[in-house]
Amino acid sequence: MALLQLERISAQYPGATTPVLADISLTLGPRQLLVALGPSGSGKTSLLNLIAGFVSPSAGRITLDGVPISGPGAERGVVFQDDALLPWQDVLANVAFGLELAGVPRQQREQRAQEMLALVDLAGFGNRRIWQLSGGQKQRVGLARALAADPRLLLMDEPFGALDAFTREQMQELLLQVWRRTEKPVFLITHDIEEAVFLATDLVLLAPNPGQIVERLQLDFGQRYATGESARSIKSDPLFIETREYILAQVFSQRSAAPRQEPA
Amino acid sequence: MSSLQIPAALKDPAASIPAPVPGRRLSTRWISTLTLVTLLSIWWAVTAGGWIEPLFLPAPAAVLEKGWLLATQGYMESTLWQHLSASLGRIGLALGAAILTAIPVGIAIGHNRIARGILDPLIEFYRPIPPLAYLPLIVIWCGIGELSKVLLIYLAIFAPIAIATATGVRTVDPAKLRAAQSLGATRAQLIRHVILPSALPEILTGVRIGLGVGWSTLVAAELIAATSGLGFMVQSAAQFLVTDVVVLGILVIALIAFALEMSLRALQRKLVPWHGQSH
Repeated sequence: MALLQLERISAQYPGATTPVLADISLTLGPRQLLVALGPSGSGKTSLLNLIAGFVSPSAGRITLDGVPISGPGAERGVVFQDDALLPWQDVLANVAFGLELAGVPRQQREQRAQEMLALVDLAGFGNRRIWQLSGGQKQRVGLARALAADPRLLLMDEPFGALDAFTREQMQELLLQVWRRTEKPVFLITHDIEEAVFLATDLVLLAPNPGQIVERLQLDFGQRYATGESARSIKSDPLFIETREYILAQVFSQRSAAPRQEPA
Repeated sequence: MSSLQIPAALKDPAASIPAPVPGRRLSTRWISTLTLVTLLSIWWAVTAGGWIEPLFLPAPAAVLEKGWLLATQGYMESTLWQHLSASLGRIGLALGAAILTAIPVGIAIGHNRIARGILDPLIEFYRPIPPLAYLPLIVIWCGIGELSKVLLIYLAIFAPIAIATATGVRTVDPAKLRAAQSLGATRAQLIRHVILPSALPEILTGVRIGLGVGWSTLVAAELIAATSGLGFMVQSAAQFLVTDVVVLGILVIALIAFALEMSLRALQRKLVPWHGQSH
């Protein structure tokens, strides 16, 4: 099974004085759903871009199963905030795109794409055009596309950020089902506290200037959902509310402390 | 309008007066058609009334009659169709060559820093020069044969396509590029599967603009040195004051340009149905 390790990662934009991320260490292994939560400017997206290989760290080491990451690759599937689907292909071809790039024969890759569409509850949508889909459906196609290439882990960049509240809740539940069925490690970033608490097995709270981890929590609400408890009962559980309020307090204390803190 | 009608209808449905019927208003297409019909009628009226000498403006019927004569018997040893196919052949050849070369050049400019440094100033230098200004140089270098004319049109079409392609390549959504990269796309696959389709709407717009420029350049080139072609036909008819052939030639040139533009628009709708869709 896949094991992602980040050892003392720092990142800096060329020309900038303060780093975007400083001294980040993380591990992500099997059956984990790691959520990075933080306000804008805390370097969440930079962290995901580092793991995806779109940018390189200025210091530190990122390895997947012991192999250093250099550049983007198919073993790390990415789901983007704004779907990033290709409108000149239909839904099925979009899902099969990774396999097409890998040279898999048409029949085989289309069969795999159909399976992935069924996994995200979009069976029968294969011939639709991208612009005929709703926002939630596009994100599901994006998820199916990332899964079809059979990556070793899944990176999700605020995947439900642009969706309305109802669709977002459905998508969170769908993600937990997919996560449980595929057993792939997931790294997800979000600024939605309730989403983070509900989904995460491991939650890291990021603070800005420079982006750093200020809190690590291990949670089990997502696992409770995966084993059959309803989302409503979990979200109304006093423990859930308490955790949510605790993290909210942490975010605010970080924010009020921020001006006094010297950049480390 | 509807916000006013609805409360009235709610109050008393029986008394609802069919005041402004929506169908009464002229559609834009109808207004355009009416304008054309009016122009034609004025043309017909002033010529039929004898207010203008046929030497300056022949009657529509005379032009049509001449058209028939040209199509069947010809003018200056060639029929209208031969003149037309000479012109279309030239622009077709130039367009084909321009598409084959300008699109790779545009991709190189948009994708590669060094290629941009080399090619961008060259294209920007010659693009604003009216083709007829460098035609004499081309004639000196390549003579007055077909090559000069096709080369002139080619140069006129090349720049808009290359520039439009480069713009299209530069404005490719970075998220789509990253998505393909994270699915394992190589550099060549990125160009083939993401960059080229992304830039296709801009490329087709470039072809449309290029064809417009090319067509006007073609006719102008044929005015100067040719023995066939629509431009030649108009030019030689003008020298003998055969005004009806001149008018007919101008009309045919306009019709071809219009047909080219319309068919390219149709092609654009067919090839890039996602363009303009909020996806």
